[in-house]
Amino acid sequence: MHELGITENIVAIVRGHARGQPVTRVAVEIGRLAAVAPEALRFCFDVCTRGTELENARLEIIDVPGLRTCRDCGRETEADDLLAPCPCGSWNTRTTRGTDLRVKEMEIA
Amino acid sequence: MCATCGCGQENHSHDHEHDPLHAHPHAHPHVHPHEHEHDHPGDTGAAGRVVSLEHDILEKNQLLAERNRGWFEGRGILAINLMSAPGSGKTALLCRTLRELKAPIAVIEGDQATRLDADRLKESGAKVTQINTGPGCHLDAEMVARGLKELAPPLQSIVMIENVGNLICPALFDLGERARVVLLSVTEGEDKPLKYPHMFRAADLLILNKIDLLPHLDFDIDRAEENARRVNPQIRVIRLSATRGTGFDAWQEWLLDRLAAIMPEGA
Repeated sequence: MHELGITENIVAIVRGHARGQPVTRVAVEIGRLAAVAPEALRFCFDVCTRGTELENARLEIIDVPGLRTCRDCGRETEADDLLAPCPCGSWNTRTTRGTDLRVKEMEIA
Repeated sequence: MCATCGCGQENHSHDHEHDPLHAHPHAHPHVHPHEHEHDHPGDTGAAGRVVSLEHDILEKNQLLAERNRGWFEGRGILAINLMSAPGSGKTALLCRTLRELKAPIAVIEGDQATRLDADRLKESGAKVTQINTGPGCHLDAEMVARGLKELAPPLQSIVMIENVGNLICPALFDLGERARVVLLSVTEGEDKPLKYPHMFRAADLLILNKIDLLPHLDFDIDRAEENARRVNPQIRVIRLSATRGTGFDAWQEWLLDRLAAIMPEGA
Protein backbone atom coordinates (compact mmCIF):
# COMPACT_ATOMS: atom_id res chain seq x y z
CA MET A 1 0.00 0.00 0.00
CA HIS A 2 2.57 2.61 -1.04
CA GLU A 3 -0.44 4.55 -2.34
CA LEU A 4 -0.93 5.89 1.17
CA GLY A 5 2.49 7.56 1.20
CA ILE A 6 1.99 8.76 -2.36
CA THR A 7 -1.36 10.29 -1.48
CA GLU A 8 0.16 12.00 1.54
CA ASN A 9 2.69 13.56 -0.83
CA ILE A 10 -0.08 14.71 -3.19
CA VAL A 11 -2.01 16.31 -0.33
CA ALA A 12 1.14 17.99 1.04
CA ILE A 13 2.04 19.42 -2.38
CA VAL A 14 -1.46 20.79 -2.97
CA ARG A 15 -1.79 22.20 0.55
CA GLY A 16 1.55 23.94 0.14
CA HIS A 17 0.09 25.86 -2.78
CA ALA A 18 -3.52 26.26 -1.60
CA ARG A 19 -2.51 27.72 1.78
CA GLY A 20 -5.92 27.46 3.38
CA GLN A 21 -8.09 28.17 0.35
CA PRO A 22 -10.65 25.43 -0.30
CA VAL A 23 -9.62 23.14 -3.15
CA THR A 24 -12.38 21.68 -5.31
CA ARG A 25 -10.37 19.54 -7.73
CA VAL A 26 -6.94 17.97 -7.91
CA ALA A 27 -5.61 16.52 -11.17
CA VAL A 28 -2.78 13.98 -11.04
CA GLU A 29 -1.01 12.18 -13.85
CA ILE A 30 -0.38 8.52 -13.06
CA GLY A 31 1.83 6.60 -15.45
CA ARG A 32 0.46 3.22 -16.39
CA LEU A 33 3.85 1.64 -15.60
CA ALA A 34 4.24 3.39 -12.24
CA ALA A 35 2.89 0.51 -10.13
CA VAL A 36 0.28 2.74 -8.56
CA ALA A 37 -3.32 1.52 -8.34
CA PRO A 38 -5.82 4.32 -9.10
CA GLU A 39 -8.53 2.74 -6.90
CA ALA A 40 -6.16 2.62 -3.94
CA LEU A 41 -5.20 6.24 -4.60
CA ARG A 42 -8.86 7.30 -4.52
CA PHE A 43 -9.45 5.45 -1.30
CA CYS A 44 -6.40 7.04 0.34
CA PHE A 45 -7.31 10.47 -1.03
CA ASP A 46 -10.64 10.42 0.80
CA VAL A 47 -8.88 9.47 4.03
CA CYS A 48 -5.93 11.87 3.73
CA THR A 49 -7.96 14.94 2.80
CA ARG A 50 -10.37 14.75 5.73
CA GLY A 51 -10.24 17.91 7.80
CA THR A 52 -8.04 19.74 5.28
CA GLU A 53 -8.76 22.38 2.65
CA LEU A 54 -8.93 19.47 0.19
CA GLU A 55 -11.89 17.83 1.90
CA ASN A 56 -14.53 16.98 -0.73
CA ALA A 57 -12.15 17.88 -3.55
CA ARG A 58 -12.56 15.73 -6.64
CA LEU A 59 -9.52 13.64 -7.54
CA GLU A 60 -9.01 13.52 -11.29
CA ILE A 61 -6.64 10.79 -12.37
CA ILE A 62 -5.09 11.29 -15.79
CA ASP A 63 -3.86 8.01 -17.20
CA VAL A 64 -0.47 8.22 -18.97
CA PRO A 65 0.25 5.29 -21.32
CA GLY A 66 3.68 3.68 -21.23
CA LEU A 67 6.32 4.23 -23.87
CA ARG A 68 9.58 2.32 -24.30
CA THR A 69 12.52 2.24 -26.65
CA CYS A 70 13.96 -1.05 -27.84
CA ARG A 71 17.68 -1.37 -27.17
CA ASP A 72 17.98 -3.83 -30.06
CA CYS A 73 15.97 -2.34 -32.93
CA GLY A 74 15.74 1.23 -31.63
CA ARG A 75 11.99 1.50 -32.19
CA GLU A 76 9.83 3.47 -29.77
CA THR A 77 6.48 1.82 -29.03
CA GLU A 78 3.64 2.09 -26.52
CA ALA A 79 3.36 -0.53 -23.79
CA ASP A 80 1.02 -0.87 -20.85
CA ASP A 81 2.94 -3.69 -19.32
CA LEU A 82 6.60 -3.88 -18.31
CA LEU A 83 6.73 -7.41 -19.64
CA ALA A 84 5.42 -6.80 -23.14
CA PRO A 85 8.23 -7.40 -25.65
CA CYS A 86 9.02 -4.95 -28.46
CA PRO A 87 7.21 -5.84 -31.72
CA CYS A 88 10.64 -7.03 -32.97
CA GLY A 89 10.52 -9.71 -30.26
CA SER A 90 13.20 -8.27 -27.98
CA TRP A 91 12.72 -7.97 -24.21
CA ASN A 92 15.60 -5.55 -24.01
CA THR A 93 13.67 -2.29 -23.74
CA ARG A 94 14.06 0.96 -21.84
CA THR A 95 10.97 2.64 -20.45
CA THR A 96 10.78 6.29 -21.49
CA ARG A 97 7.28 7.24 -20.32
CA GLY A 98 4.61 5.89 -18.03
CA THR A 99 6.48 5.67 -14.73
CA ASP A 100 5.92 9.31 -13.74
CA LEU A 101 3.64 10.51 -10.97
CA ARG A 102 2.76 14.21 -11.13
CA VAL A 103 0.35 16.62 -9.54
CA LYS A 104 -0.76 18.46 -12.65
CA GLU A 105 -3.09 21.14 -11.35
CA MET A 106 -5.61 22.10 -8.71
CA GLU A 107 -8.79 24.11 -8.78
CA ILE A 108 -9.57 26.56 -6.06
CA ALA A 109 -13.15 27.53 -5.27
CA MET B 1 -3.30 38.03 -28.94
CA CYS B 2 -2.67 36.92 -25.36
CA ALA B 3 1.10 36.63 -24.85
CA THR B 4 0.76 33.88 -22.24
CA CYS B 5 -1.36 31.28 -23.98
CA GLY B 6 -1.46 32.53 -27.54
CA CYS B 7 -5.24 32.59 -27.80
CA GLY B 8 -7.10 35.33 -29.57
CA GLN B 9 -8.82 36.64 -26.45
CA GLU B 10 -7.21 39.72 -24.99
CA ASN B 11 -8.74 39.96 -21.53
CA HIS B 12 -8.65 36.85 -19.35
CA SER B 13 -6.63 35.65 -16.40
CA HIS B 14 -3.63 33.34 -16.02
CA ASP B 15 -2.47 32.06 -12.69
CA HIS B 16 1.10 31.58 -11.76
CA GLU B 17 2.56 30.10 -8.63
CA HIS B 18 5.50 30.88 -6.41
CA ASP B 19 7.05 28.71 -3.77
CA PRO B 20 5.51 30.11 -0.59
CA LEU B 21 8.73 29.49 1.32
CA HIS B 22 11.18 31.31 -0.90
CA ALA B 23 12.76 34.46 0.43
CA HIS B 24 13.81 37.59 -1.34
CA PRO B 25 15.50 40.60 0.16
CA HIS B 26 13.80 43.99 0.31
CA ALA B 27 15.21 47.33 1.28
CA HIS B 28 12.11 47.97 3.35
CA PRO B 29 9.99 45.69 5.52
CA HIS B 30 6.52 44.80 4.32
CA VAL B 31 4.10 41.89 4.41
CA HIS B 32 2.32 40.48 1.42
CA PRO B 33 0.72 37.14 0.61
CA HIS B 34 2.75 35.54 -2.08
CA GLU B 35 0.12 34.29 -4.44
CA HIS B 36 -1.31 36.94 -6.69
CA GLU B 37 -4.43 36.65 -8.67
CA HIS B 38 -4.72 38.88 -11.69
CA ASP B 39 -8.28 39.69 -12.54
CA HIS B 40 -8.91 41.38 -15.80
CA PRO B 41 -12.10 42.92 -17.13
CA GLY B 42 -12.57 40.02 -19.53
CA ASP B 43 -12.58 37.44 -16.71
CA THR B 44 -15.95 35.78 -16.53
CA GLY B 45 -15.37 34.58 -12.96
CA ALA B 46 -16.08 30.96 -13.89
CA ALA B 47 -16.55 28.18 -11.30
CA GLY B 48 -13.00 27.76 -10.06
CA ARG B 49 -9.52 29.07 -10.50
CA VAL B 50 -7.21 26.46 -12.00
CA VAL B 51 -3.65 26.57 -10.74
CA SER B 52 -1.06 24.65 -12.69
CA LEU B 53 1.33 22.77 -10.37
CA GLU B 54 3.28 20.24 -12.50
CA HIS B 55 4.90 18.81 -9.41
CA ASP B 56 6.57 15.39 -9.26
CA ILE B 57 4.81 13.47 -6.48
CA LEU B 58 7.95 11.60 -5.44
CA GLU B 59 10.17 14.67 -5.72
CA LYS B 60 10.65 15.03 -1.98
CA ASN B 61 11.86 11.44 -1.68
CA GLN B 62 14.04 11.86 -4.76
CA LEU B 63 15.72 14.97 -3.36
CA LEU B 64 16.37 13.30 -0.02
CA ALA B 65 17.68 10.19 -1.80
CA GLU B 66 20.15 12.33 -3.75
CA ARG B 67 21.23 13.93 -0.50
CA ASN B 68 21.83 10.48 0.99
CA ARG B 69 23.76 9.50 -2.13
CA GLY B 70 26.04 12.50 -1.72
CA TRP B 71 26.45 11.70 1.98
CA PHE B 72 27.54 8.15 1.13
CA GLU B 73 29.80 9.27 -1.68
CA GLY B 74 31.58 11.85 0.44
CA ARG B 75 32.40 9.16 2.99
CA GLY B 76 33.43 6.47 0.54
CA ILE B 77 30.52 4.32 1.66
CA LEU B 78 28.98 1.66 -0.56
CA ALA B 79 25.23 1.64 0.15
CA ILE B 80 23.23 -1.42 -0.87
CA ASN B 81 19.43 -1.58 -0.87
CA LEU B 82 18.56 -5.20 -0.11
CA MET B 83 15.03 -6.23 -1.01
CA SER B 84 12.90 -9.36 -1.20
CA ALA B 85 9.63 -10.91 -0.14
CA PRO B 86 9.39 -11.76 3.57
CA GLY B 87 11.29 -14.92 4.36
CA SER B 88 13.65 -15.06 1.37
CA GLY B 89 16.68 -14.92 3.63
CA LYS B 90 17.79 -11.28 3.70
CA THR B 91 18.74 -11.41 7.37
CA ALA B 92 20.43 -14.81 7.03
CA LEU B 93 22.45 -13.40 4.12
CA LEU B 94 23.45 -10.41 6.22
CA CYS B 95 24.40 -12.56 9.23
CA ARG B 96 26.89 -14.54 7.17
CA THR B 97 28.11 -11.46 5.31
CA LEU B 98 28.82 -9.69 8.61
CA ARG B 99 30.74 -12.74 9.82
CA GLU B 100 32.77 -13.44 6.71
CA LEU B 101 33.33 -10.30 4.63
CA LYS B 102 36.71 -8.66 5.13
CA ALA B 103 35.37 -5.12 5.11
CA PRO B 104 33.57 -2.98 7.67
CA ILE B 105 29.78 -3.27 7.35
CA ALA B 106 27.00 -1.46 9.17
CA VAL B 107 23.31 -2.25 8.76
CA ILE B 108 20.07 -0.32 8.62
CA GLU B 109 17.35 -2.82 9.32
CA GLY B 110 13.83 -2.05 8.13
CA ASP B 111 10.86 -3.95 9.50
CA GLN B 112 7.29 -3.04 10.15
CA ALA B 113 7.68 -3.94 13.82
CA THR B 114 10.06 -5.41 16.43
CA ARG B 115 13.83 -5.23 16.93
CA LEU B 116 14.27 -8.98 16.36
CA ASP B 117 16.37 -8.72 13.20
CA ALA B 118 18.57 -5.95 14.58
CA ASP B 119 19.23 -7.94 17.74
CA ARG B 120 20.06 -11.02 15.66
CA LEU B 121 22.54 -9.04 13.55
CA LYS B 122 24.11 -7.24 16.50
CA GLU B 123 25.39 -10.57 17.80
CA SER B 124 28.07 -10.28 15.09
CA GLY B 125 29.34 -7.11 16.76
CA ALA B 126 28.39 -4.91 13.80
CA LYS B 127 26.70 -1.52 14.09
CA VAL B 128 23.00 -2.00 13.44
CA THR B 129 20.13 0.49 13.49
CA GLN B 130 16.56 -0.74 13.43
CA ILE B 131 13.87 1.30 11.69
CA ASN B 132 10.26 0.31 12.31
CA THR B 133 8.02 1.59 9.56
CA GLY B 134 4.76 1.03 11.46
CA PRO B 135 1.96 1.25 8.88
CA GLY B 136 4.51 1.85 6.10
CA CYS B 137 5.35 -1.01 3.76
CA HIS B 138 8.76 0.26 2.60
CA LEU B 139 11.70 2.38 3.66
CA ASP B 140 11.97 5.86 2.22
CA ALA B 141 14.91 8.22 1.89
CA GLU B 142 13.95 10.24 4.94
CA MET B 143 13.87 7.17 7.19
CA VAL B 144 17.29 6.16 5.90
CA ALA B 145 18.68 9.67 6.52
CA ARG B 146 17.45 9.46 10.12
CA GLY B 147 18.80 5.94 10.50
CA LEU B 148 22.22 7.01 9.23
CA LYS B 149 22.52 9.68 11.92
CA GLU B 150 22.02 7.05 14.57
CA LEU B 151 24.13 4.44 12.80
CA ALA B 152 27.16 6.70 12.20
CA PRO B 153 28.84 4.19 9.87
CA PRO B 154 32.64 4.33 9.50
CA LEU B 155 34.29 5.93 6.47
CA GLN B 156 35.01 3.62 3.54
CA SER B 157 32.63 0.93 4.61
CA ILE B 158 29.52 -0.85 3.37
CA VAL B 159 26.06 0.13 4.57
CA MET B 160 23.51 -2.58 3.99
CA ILE B 161 19.96 -1.31 4.02
CA GLU B 162 17.63 -4.24 4.58
CA ASN B 163 14.29 -3.06 3.23
CA VAL B 164 10.91 -4.20 4.49
CA GLY B 165 10.01 -7.64 3.14
CA ASN B 166 7.81 -6.69 0.19
CA LEU B 167 8.26 -7.13 -3.55
CA ILE B 168 6.16 -4.18 -4.65
CA CYS B 169 6.46 -0.92 -2.74
CA PRO B 170 10.22 -0.71 -2.06
CA ALA B 171 10.87 -0.74 -5.82
CA LEU B 172 9.41 2.77 -6.08
CA PHE B 173 11.49 4.50 -3.45
CA ASP B 174 15.07 5.49 -4.11
CA LEU B 175 17.01 5.54 -0.84
CA GLY B 176 20.23 6.96 -2.26
CA GLU B 177 21.82 3.53 -2.63
CA ARG B 178 24.61 2.67 -5.04
CA ALA B 179 23.11 -0.69 -5.99
CA ARG B 180 19.92 -2.65 -5.54
CA VAL B 181 19.99 -6.31 -4.69
CA VAL B 182 16.90 -8.50 -4.77
CA LEU B 183 16.73 -11.94 -3.19
CA LEU B 184 14.56 -14.75 -4.43
CA SER B 185 14.68 -18.04 -2.58
CA VAL B 186 14.17 -21.34 -4.35
CA THR B 187 11.27 -22.14 -2.03
CA GLU B 188 9.31 -19.42 -3.84
CA GLY B 189 8.00 -19.69 -7.41
CA GLU B 190 10.34 -19.33 -10.39
CA ASP B 191 7.77 -17.01 -11.97
CA LYS B 192 8.15 -14.32 -9.30
CA PRO B 193 10.22 -12.01 -11.54
CA LEU B 194 7.29 -11.98 -13.96
CA LYS B 195 4.72 -11.43 -11.22
CA TYR B 196 6.66 -8.55 -9.65
CA PRO B 197 8.43 -7.02 -12.65
CA HIS B 198 9.07 -3.57 -11.14
CA MET B 199 11.23 -4.99 -8.39
CA PHE B 200 13.31 -7.21 -10.65
CA ARG B 201 13.61 -4.55 -13.34
CA ALA B 202 15.02 -2.07 -10.83
CA ALA B 203 17.63 -4.48 -9.42
CA ASP B 204 21.33 -4.65 -10.26
CA LEU B 205 21.84 -8.08 -8.76
CA LEU B 206 19.55 -11.05 -8.18
CA ILE B 207 20.55 -13.51 -5.49
CA LEU B 208 18.92 -16.91 -5.81
CA ASN B 209 19.07 -18.08 -2.21
CA LYS B 210 18.59 -21.40 -0.37
CA ILE B 211 20.08 -23.44 -3.22
CA ASP B 212 20.99 -26.14 -0.68
CA LEU B 213 17.27 -27.02 -0.71
CA LEU B 214 17.10 -27.56 -4.48
CA PRO B 215 17.30 -31.39 -4.31
CA HIS B 216 14.07 -31.42 -2.27
CA LEU B 217 12.14 -29.01 -4.47
CA ASP B 218 10.49 -28.81 -7.83
CA PHE B 219 12.10 -25.43 -8.56
CA ASP B 220 13.58 -24.83 -12.01
CA ILE B 221 16.45 -22.49 -11.19
CA ASP B 222 17.42 -21.90 -14.82
CA ARG B 223 13.86 -20.91 -15.57
CA ALA B 224 13.89 -18.47 -12.63
CA GLU B 225 17.05 -16.86 -13.99
CA GLU B 226 15.60 -16.74 -17.48
CA ASN B 227 12.46 -15.01 -16.14
CA ALA B 228 14.58 -12.43 -14.32
CA ARG B 229 16.51 -11.68 -17.51
CA ARG B 230 13.29 -11.32 -19.41
CA VAL B 231 12.28 -8.51 -17.09
CA ASN B 232 15.80 -7.11 -16.80
CA PRO B 233 18.35 -8.22 -19.43
CA GLN B 234 21.16 -6.40 -17.56
CA ILE B 235 20.65 -8.15 -14.21
CA ARG B 236 23.57 -10.04 -12.65
CA VAL B 237 22.65 -13.34 -10.97
CA ILE B 238 24.39 -15.16 -8.10
CA ARG B 239 23.19 -18.50 -6.77
CA LEU B 240 23.99 -19.19 -3.14
CA SER B 241 22.98 -20.64 0.18
CA ALA B 242 23.20 -18.14 3.01
CA THR B 243 22.94 -20.87 5.66
CA ARG B 244 25.47 -23.31 4.11
CA GLY B 245 27.77 -20.74 2.53
CA THR B 246 27.67 -22.29 -0.97
CA GLY B 247 28.28 -19.67 -3.65
CA PHE B 248 29.15 -17.07 -1.05
CA ASP B 249 32.49 -16.20 -2.68
CA ALA B 250 30.77 -14.70 -5.70
CA TRP B 251 28.65 -12.45 -3.46
CA GLN B 252 31.68 -11.30 -1.46
CA GLU B 253 33.58 -10.60 -4.65
CA TRP B 254 30.64 -8.60 -6.03
CA LEU B 255 30.57 -6.45 -2.89
CA LEU B 256 34.34 -5.94 -2.66
CA ASP B 257 34.57 -5.01 -6.37
CA ARG B 258 31.95 -2.34 -5.85
CA LEU B 259 33.58 -1.08 -2.68
CA ALA B 260 36.95 -0.84 -4.45
CA ALA B 261 35.31 1.06 -7.31
CA ILE B 262 34.17 3.91 -5.07
CA MET B 263 37.38 4.22 -3.08
CA PRO B 264 39.28 7.42 -3.72
CA GLU B 265 42.57 7.05 -5.61
CA GLY B 266 45.37 5.79 -3.42
CA ALA B 267 43.12 4.83 -0.48
